[in-house]
Amino acid sequence: MKHDKSNILHGLAAAPGLAIAVAHLYTKEEIKVIPEDITDIDEALNSLHQALEKSKKELRKVFDLAVDKLGENRAAIFEAQLMILDDPILIKQIEDRIRNEKKSPDFIVDDEISKYQKMMRRSSETYLKERSHDIEDIKQRIIRNIKKRKWISRIENDVNVVAPLLTPADSVLFSRVNVKGYVTDHGGLTSHAAIVARSLNIPAVVGLHDATAKIRNGDLIIVDGFHGNVIINPDSDQLNYFKERIEKLSLLDSELSALKDLPAETLDGRKIKLLANLDLQDEIDLVMQNGAEGIGLVRTEQIFQEHDIFPEEEEQFKIYKGLAEKLFPNDVTIRTLDIGGDKVLPVDVQEPNPFLGWRGVRLLLDNKNLFKKQIRAILRSSIHRNVKMMIPMIASIREIRESKKLIEECKQELRIENLQFDEEIKIGIMIEVPSAAVMAKEYADEVSFFSIGTNDLIQYLLAVDRGNDIISNLYQEFHPAVVRTLNHIITEGKSGGVEITICGEMAADLIAIPLLVGLGLDAISVSPSAIPFLKRLIRNLNYSEAKRLADECLKLRTEPEINHKLKNFYESKLLDVTKNIFN
Amino acid sequence: MIENKIKIINNAGLHTRPAATIVKLAAKYKCDFYINKDGLNVNGKSIIGVMTLAAEKGSEVTLTFEGEDEKEASQEIVDYFKRGFDEL
Repeated sequence: MKHDKSNILHGLAAAPGLAIAVAHLYTKEEIKVIPEDITDIDEALNSLHQALEKSKKELRKVFDLAVDKLGENRAAIFEAQLMILDDPILIKQIEDRIRNEKKSPDFIVDDEISKYQKMMRRSSETYLKERSHDIEDIKQRIIRNIKKRKWISRIENDVNVVAPLLTPADSVLFSRVNVKGYVTDHGGLTSHAAIVARSLNIPAVVGLHDATAKIRNGDLIIVDGFHGNVIINPDSDQLNYFKERIEKLSLLDSELSALKDLPAETLDGRKIKLLANLDLQDEIDLVMQNGAEGIGLVRTEQIFQEHDIFPEEEEQFKIYKGLAEKLFPNDVTIRTLDIGGDKVLPVDVQEPNPFLGWRGVRLLLDNKNLFKKQIRAILRSSIHRNVKMMIPMIASIREIRESKKLIEECKQELRIENLQFDEEIKIGIMIEVPSAAVMAKEYADEVSFFSIGTNDLIQYLLAVDRGNDIISNLYQEFHPAVVRTLNHIITEGKSGGVEITICGEMAADLIAIPLLVGLGLDAISVSPSAIPFLKRLIRNLNYSEAKRLADECLKLRTEPEINHKLKNFYESKLLDVTKNIFN
Repeated sequence: MIENKIKIINNAGLHTRPAATIVKLAAKYKCDFYINKDGLNVNGKSIIGVMTLAAEKGSEVTLTFEGEDEKEASQEIVDYFKRGFDEL
């Protein structure tokens, strides 16, 4: 089929799959506040109060976590913002106006709060003018929450969502209304929204730059998440072509499901553990169906994001215990919270470089109560001895030891409280900061397992922001420094006796699999939907050949040479296995 | 009705922190409570209202209390103003 037709947009293939559906646009127009007439006053009031509640939860989450970092002035402003959401005079005024004027709540909120801002701006005092900005912040938050609710409620089933950018929380929400595909203007391959799309098995194309300008609401669009193409209002040839491919895909799926209970073993007998990454509890059935031998990474951020406030120990315990029981006798590796300061700090104290900032274990060690709540919940879920705990963003031995000390403290507390847990629970760390990679030998003495997080490791090693589509071509999985660093971690880790898993997106790249197996990894953890396919690949691979391939790659000096070598290997040995999918 | 004319005496004036405290104190009482400065009259139970007042050091405001517990309310709130919002 021709690829030069004018109705095709090219972007990045962020999550595989094909979806043919009507486009549903989320554009800047949605953010504009216009005085719409309403008929259902109760619904409008309900919508107002839900938005106020949601805003309160959002603010409180930020406040709880960051209050120590904010300074007294900023903390006071925060508190005042929270109080505005409860201001009886203001809220009553807004409610009365909605009833009397019968206009949309976002418009009334905007109009009413703006009155106060006008008064502030009229003042000659500069600090009052600044205060108007603080009010702006809270006003926008309320309006955004009213709008978003309205927009989501308007989404019909089975559409392709087209938006400038999607947050992971957005993607999760949409999955509940059965969105077929995602198309975005911005974002790179490893942006969190792309990861969520992959784990939900929803095809996505990102980084199209002008999709929201070119696609209109109601256009029929095809999302080709294999090639990163979006086809607007396809002609009958295009439509037929893709319908046929969707049929072929479902055929392949049934072929792959036949592999479910077979091991991921190379032709010459080396077994690789194939594990699943889990972002959402909803995915657990997908994990079981696809024949994963356990969960290599439970990302707990989603639990945090979905709940608006930090879930208490009991609530977390229930979730982790549920996972452990469902997976038994297979293992579940739970990673402690890996959120960045960019997610919790308010805009005006935002870090200039969040990826180099307050995140992962740094944030956890600064919020010991939060950390301990999670540690205790994980420990308590380990009674069947199939739970492991993993700490993210380790960059120094001090962070490992302080974390272990806290874990010991929690164990001691549980003993005193007579609560059961696995005394020998395995503690591991993410290797994703170059300093941890360099120190792999020493860190291996401190913990039981490593999990290599390639997304961050590559971005830190190559100094390339993985979410930045301008330089996304510099984010290279096969950069010789990446290959050699992986080798260093694996060699040092193995001599130190730790088990080594890889859990980044690189592990789902078919071309990379022979290299990763050849470097000697014990286990690979990927999105559940990628497992059957990887299994088929590994079952068609010779370990001895893969090892030779890896040795050769370690000698090469440029990315194109390695890339070329891996592609050649793949095409000569494995292409037959994958033929139906990628052309 | 109780009316009090009172001077702002702390250096930073009626900034966000004392505004929040005043509203929280006022919320404990049933009586109406208004703050008037240079003709601008705001409801003392509304944080966004109190935040619109520009009351720097040395400026004068009028506090009015009206309702069953106006006496207790005025005592506590006037006292807080007199203490310079605990910032002296």
